[in-house]
Amino acid sequence: MSPLLPRLLRGLGADGASIGLPAHLDLWGPLPDTRRGGLVDDVADAGLRGHGGAWFPAATKWRAVAGAGGRPVVVANGAEGEPASAKDALLLERLPHLVLDGAVAAARALRAEHVIVFAPARRRPRLIEAIEARRRSAADGVSIELAVAPDRFVAGQETAVVSYLNGRSGLPTFARFHPVWRSGVGGAPTLLHNAETLAHVALIARFGSEWYRQAGRPDAPGTVLLTVTGVDGAPSVVETQKGALLGAVVGGIDRQRCRAVLLGGYGGTWVDPDTASRLPVTEEAARAVGATFGAGIVAMLPHDRCPLAETARIARYLDQEKADQCGPCVRGLSGMVAELDGLAFGARRAGDAARRLGQLCDLVEGRGACRHPDGAARLVRSALRIFADEVLQHQQRGPCPESRAPGWLPTGDEAPRHVRSGNGAIRPGATGALTSRSRK
Amino acid sequence: MRRRVQVVVVDPVACDGHGVCAELLPEMISLDPWGYPIVSPEPVPFGLDREANRAVASCPRLALHLLDAPDGVQAAAPPPRTASRS
Repeated sequence: MSPLLPRLLRGLGADGASIGLPAHLDLWGPLPDTRRGGLVDDVADAGLRGHGGAWFPAATKWRAVAGAGGRPVVVANGAEGEPASAKDALLLERLPHLVLDGAVAAARALRAEHVIVFAPARRRPRLIEAIEARRRSAADGVSIELAVAPDRFVAGQETAVVSYLNGRSGLPTFARFHPVWRSGVGGAPTLLHNAETLAHVALIARFGSEWYRQAGRPDAPGTVLLTVTGVDGAPSVVETQKGALLGAVVGGIDRQRCRAVLLGGYGGTWVDPDTASRLPVTEEAARAVGATFGAGIVAMLPHDRCPLAETARIARYLDQEKADQCGPCVRGLSGMVAELDGLAFGARRAGDAARRLGQLCDLVEGRGACRHPDGAARLVRSALRIFADEVLQHQQRGPCPESRAPGWLPTGDEAPRHVRSGNGAIRPGATGALTSRSRK
Repeated sequence: MRRRVQVVVVDPVACDGHGVCAELLPEMISLDPWGYPIVSPEPVPFGLDREANRAVASCPRLALHLLDAPDGVQAAAPPPRTASRS
């Protein structure tokens, strides 16, 4: 099997259709039996990291689950609450068997009997079709269930997923007391991976860790899916080898057209276009410039938009989407929104807003059950750093003309967007609001 | 017997900001502008175990916990209690 790109996206047809089980098996061959173990070591040797945003070493999770005692449960997390991300939607809609293969391979390796696919209601028809096809083929030896994820930003957070699957609120819990690897779904040790992570597992199970490492760099092996939103506002999903320069991956970042690049999503960081252009696509490189790739989100703010207005809108979204559980997050995020609104759109209290925003960031960081407040603080801090000139201008002269332009990234009220990949298109946007959990 | 080295941890979901903990263990816990506790990440110093246990037991929301510190973490001598109350 050639290591060249595309890997995960190889099965994408030009017609935009979802690849069925027979075509999937024609392309990739049968899923090897991973019951005898060894896959954990392959995942470790591959250096696979979680693609849900935290970049946690996958094998560390597997070993914790394996050592926890009891029969584990495997959860494929496709909740993808992040509005600027579309990679999991693409995988689940068009390449569902790659994700299911990874979950089944992990389940077999860990002697789990159940796989739960956690995904929004709009993914349901395709997933039911895919799960039914596998049931008929009876090759998996594990049961696969579908659970419908609530449509909210924090729904995909690990402890929130487990809470929801256990019939509770579906909001994050304090991970320090509730590590899901020890006690997750139904109290069982739970291996929860992002959909893309499991898609990589499907290929590692087939071709091994050496093959996986042929792409990327020795210190950052493999490939990664990025959801790239260009200055035209249209998102597309691209697969790249790790270590490639971001500018080349996205076809150039033009300083004349792009004011800043949002990396890592709404809880990520603004990066100036030149830094972004030269950035190798590895989480280490991003962290070295104070950023993160998060769940692989790259969004280019057009030059004719006000970055403070956009930051204020995103902060408002994060404030609306918070779980309303932890005091510092509840109070701190609404405080940030008030300050950012004043700074971006009105003269009110703008004079010292930057200093107060910095204090609010200090006050919320590390003080929530989940990382939601940390993400908001990271976004705000990066805005204060990258847009220091704009902050000064707003403070001295009031809002700029660009701040009256409509919002650019989706923050909840917009119509569904088309997501392109290859030649096909899918519609991930429409919110089919099925709030109850649906199992089959 | 070797003394257990512990850290104080607040469950932010359970905490409602009553502030009792900061009253009982000011050496380790202060309150933010909204009244929620800011807890020192350091292990409970020698001589403050009783105070720490009392703070944990007195939390109206049972949000405060003592957890064993990771292996190798050493507890420090406590700051002078009277000085830190000023």
